[in-house]
Amino acid sequence: MDQPTSPQYTASELMCVNAARLLRDGDVVFVGVGLPNLACNLARRTHAPNLQMIYEAGVIGARPSKLPLSIGDPTLVTGASSVCGMYDIFTLYLQRGNVDVGFLGGAQIDRFGNINATVIGDYHKPKVRLPGSGGSQEMGGWANRNYIITPHQKRRFPEKVDYITSAGFLGGRKQREATGVRGGGPLVVVTNLGLLEPDENGELMLTALHPGCTVEQVKDNTGWDIKIADTLKETLQLESSELTLLREELDPEGIYLKGS
Amino acid sequence: MSKLCTLKEAISNYVHDGDTVYCAGFTHLIPFAAGHEIIRQGRRNLTLARATPDLIYDQMVAAGCAKKLIFSYIGNPGVGSLRIVREQLESGQLEWEEYSHFGMIARLQAGASGLPFASMNQTAAPDLEKNNPNYRRVKDPYTGREVVTLPPLTPDVGIIHVQRADAKGNAHIWGIIGEQKEVAFASKNVIITAEEIVDEDVIRSDPNRTLIPELIVKAVCLVPHCSHPSYTQGYSDRDNAFYLNWDKISEDPAAVKAWLNEWVYNLTDAEEYWQKLGAETHQRLAVKPKFAAPVNYGDY
Repeated sequence: MDQPTSPQYTASELMCVNAARLLRDGDVVFVGVGLPNLACNLARRTHAPNLQMIYEAGVIGARPSKLPLSIGDPTLVTGASSVCGMYDIFTLYLQRGNVDVGFLGGAQIDRFGNINATVIGDYHKPKVRLPGSGGSQEMGGWANRNYIITPHQKRRFPEKVDYITSAGFLGGRKQREATGVRGGGPLVVVTNLGLLEPDENGELMLTALHPGCTVEQVKDNTGWDIKIADTLKETLQLESSELTLLREELDPEGIYLKGS
Repeated sequence: MSKLCTLKEAISNYVHDGDTVYCAGFTHLIPFAAGHEIIRQGRRNLTLARATPDLIYDQMVAAGCAKKLIFSYIGNPGVGSLRIVREQLESGQLEWEEYSHFGMIARLQAGASGLPFASMNQTAAPDLEKNNPNYRRVKDPYTGREVVTLPPLTPDVGIIHVQRADAKGNAHIWGIIGEQKEVAFASKNVIITAEEIVDEDVIRSDPNRTLIPELIVKAVCLVPHCSHPSYTQGYSDRDNAFYLNWDKISEDPAAVKAWLNEWVYNLTDAEEYWQKLGAETHQRLAVKPKFAAPVNYGDY
């Protein structure tokens, strides 16, 4: 991480808690491993006890008793409410419109919230070949709301991504709407500096800073001249109860929360 | 009719140079032992299809079995990059065809169902469609809206690891069932590897759990621990330490070669591989049982 963080918590803890707070009780969430998984479990243990966690491997209503180390970890299955095949997860659940929230991440996120998780450079002659879509192309299109968690670094926030793996607002909100795709697109990008939200045209705008972070840090670490909301908010301090849950119960070995 | 044979015989009979092979399993039940047997038998020019190539295809690509990869996510799950595959894609040594997970499973579903193509709603993300000519669009004859289509995927060989099967190939699977059923029905030849071969009565005691029926199965092989370093629900845990270790091994071509020699070429079969892992690993990967409530089918 380029930026200094508060000595009381890591950047990952900061992003995780802020992502958890975006979830609403009763949401059906398409979960990935790492920070999204921690954020969902934190939300379920605090303000959103009725959160329904769905994993792309085909697990519905997972209640992992320990930290899952991959998207298909056996701890997701034991005690889950249902398990189905991948075709069912992507059709009956996601395509049909039964998923409220999808968490996305990627190597690059651009001005209009488009995400690149596929390639840096030319697609057919890749400079850096990244993992690719997995479930994220459909999640970006079909979940009602998408949240993106990513550290705030200039190379991660170019004006335009090299390749669109999951659609944000394409070249502007009207372009996404014109495709007729069902999901609403990205709603919030959580970084270690603050929150970005799309304006009426779908352009990401800084709407909140985390305590101690500055507009200059955000501008210095964004690859375009980012708009700042007229009424810039400050996110609430992390509660010690949130940090205790994360550190002592959800990720006691600090696999995803340590570092950065 | 019993279809029992050794894994060696099954690979020898059903996997040929130039075939399209799908080793099934989304994180769970990945038939590593079958991949290793294909490496040992020196198959070449394979098209390897898997949603997540995982370490099994990283190893097969490293051993020179593959000319092409069909995939939807190339990572070392939970760890990071799939180094060998990634390097061969970047250097242009390996041909590839890419999909999203849904595109991949939709192609299998079409293949498994005997349909001319898979249809799906569009996602607004333009670039996969732009770069893979297999993605097409047709007009929905009912609403006039555009629908995205993909051709069916029908592998020459599907290899599926299961918890238990009878000698004819009726197979019970539980836990994450990913794309196993679709791969089985889409493939021209199906090889089942099983933790346990059970009496037909065991299968018939719980028919709802039979994901794969005998009528599409060519070979049934008893291969306990076939899925290591992935896992088999209820039988063994994922060897996460090995997934982390592979990240280091795969950084260095000499280390990869040494690993393949030590763990694949110099061993005869999966049983030797499992014994070589040793008691400490066996103990580390053992799982405490947790049984489901019994189901009453009724004595009709």
